[in-house]
Amino acid sequence: MIYALKIATRYLTASKAQTALLVFGVAIGVFIFIFMSALIGGLAEFIITTTAGDMDHISIQAEADDPPLLLPPRGTVLLVQQASTRTSAVLKDTAAFMPLIEALPGVIASSQQINGSGFLIRGALTTQVSISGLEPGKESAIINLDGYIVEGAADLATGGMLIGKTLAEDMDLRLGQSVRVQSGLGIEAVLTVTGIYEIGSGPRDSQQAFVGLATARTLFAMPQGVTRVEFKLTNLFDADATTLRIRALTGLDAVSWTEAGAQLLAALQTQAQLGVILEGFAMLTIIIGVASALLLSTYRRRPEIGIMRAMGAARWFVMVVFVSQGALIGLLGGLVGAAAGYGVLLFFPPRESFGPDSTGLPIDITQGAYGLAIVLTTLGAIAASILPARAAARLDPVTAIGQ
Amino acid sequence: MTALLQVRDLVKTFGTGDVETRVLRGLNLAMQTGELAALLGPSGSGKSTLLTILGTLMQPTSGSHTMLGVDLTTATDRALTEFRNLHIGFVFQFHNLLPDFTALENVLFPTAVREGRETAAARGRGEELLVRMGLAERVHFPTANLSGGQKQRVAVARALMNRPELVLADEPTGNLDRASALQVMDLIGEINREEGTSFLISTHDEKIAASCRRQIVVGDGLVTG
Repeated sequence: MIYALKIATRYLTASKAQTALLVFGVAIGVFIFIFMSALIGGLAEFIITTTAGDMDHISIQAEADDPPLLLPPRGTVLLVQQASTRTSAVLKDTAAFMPLIEALPGVIASSQQINGSGFLIRGALTTQVSISGLEPGKESAIINLDGYIVEGAADLATGGMLIGKTLAEDMDLRLGQSVRVQSGLGIEAVLTVTGIYEIGSGPRDSQQAFVGLATARTLFAMPQGVTRVEFKLTNLFDADATTLRIRALTGLDAVSWTEAGAQLLAALQTQAQLGVILEGFAMLTIIIGVASALLLSTYRRRPEIGIMRAMGAARWFVMVVFVSQGALIGLLGGLVGAAAGYGVLLFFPPRESFGPDSTGLPIDITQGAYGLAIVLTTLGAIAASILPARAAARLDPVTAIGQ
Repeated sequence: MTALLQVRDLVKTFGTGDVETRVLRGLNLAMQTGELAALLGPSGSGKSTLLTILGTLMQPTSGSHTMLGVDLTTATDRALTEFRNLHIGFVFQFHNLLPDFTALENVLFPTAVREGRETAAARGRGEELLVRMGLAERVHFPTANLSGGQKQRVAVARALMNRPELVLADEPTGNLDRASALQVMDLIGEINREEGTSFLISTHDEKIAASCRRQIVVGDGLVTG
């Protein structure tokens, strides 16, 4: 094997220009592979950041009880119930199931919430809002409120309130000012604006207020339990599997984001498939290039192959010589292409800058799949060299020497 | 002297039907160890085909071929490759060296391909052979930088590398000037005398043939003299 490798290396170094051209061709294929991986990965990151980044991956909501029948049923009873925004159903046993779910692999954040509707009242101005009670210290567990704060801080520990920039402008509210909050149950509290955020989403900036969980308990007369719990995962594509585990573990009706975000999921999957197809084409180009170059080399070296066979080289030895050439070209091309790809991707903005306001291509240098590109290229080049190597090994030495 | 090889009723045909050509027509030949024999005959008489079959690079259509007591007509390709590597050396008319390797690397090839690497012992043997061929100053020269005569002497050294019992030489001096041809033949004679290696040399040159102790004449696919 070592000797076959030596001969393969000598053949490659003997035709420096041809080898350099071949390695360059492979490197371009690898560069395209890496660029496409970074672009497709970056696009997915961009889409997730801008659309799904602030959503929960799994949620559990208390199920509302069926409305009681006021008359004993005779025969079939048809009921129509209008969905209510008013909070009534409660998840009571959070202390029992939350530690179980939080311990599941891939669960990185959780948020217990009390959600309901209410009003902000400031003098003559009254605006209907959705009120979300969050656990102090976990304000940014699901929505990155910290990142969206434009004034103040995303801190609900002191009993304050966070409102959107549009709502603040509509209500002419500024940081540190107090406002009366009335829940749908008619319970009121006076809260201080401790933070103003700008998410960039209309309803959240204009019709949402975040308060502490304790405040929400008071407003919605809910001394125990919560109305909803939300979880975030390391990989949002694991949501379906984790949801099933939560259901099996707790018996609760956990809901994956994919049920509501089927279109987004389809878009991300289509994009991922597109990436695989483009990467596949890049790999195919590499394989065809290496195979044709080695076939040419096999043809050019037919007399030498005949001599080797006459001197006692077995067929497998000839095969190893040509397969080694393919492997070396693939490895070298892979390394050069990966280095070039990494070097070029350094000029693009980092993934941390992805967001609605970012301009240019969302290329993520961390998703270049460098190792995969090198391994696949080497394997592809080996596969590409098998056909020429077999042809070389099957050469009749008498015919080959005679040429 | 003991029996080295024997072929009996050797037939080799190429093509089929109307285009069938019978090159060897029941040829019989025996060689003893240590022989230095010239193979003579006109073009198309079957000399090269006979050498190719004796070198196990081609199988006969019919007949038997044994060497060192081994029946080579029924052996597998793998067995023939191994046998060829160990017991037979080749010298071709056009040296047929590997062009991207040095003189020493070419000489080492038959041993390195068997052992999987170029060992120190093999390197020592290779250098010794090249010195004996008068190429002490050309050991590490790329073969492309050698003259025709030098290349052919490298080819002889390569053929001797594994200490084969038989060296088959197909017109080894056919592409050389008179001085180089005589130099190569002197070396072959010396190796034959000192190491007992058998040589079967195909040639058209009567002087070269005369320098061999035995002359085998092939005509129309048969040994005629």
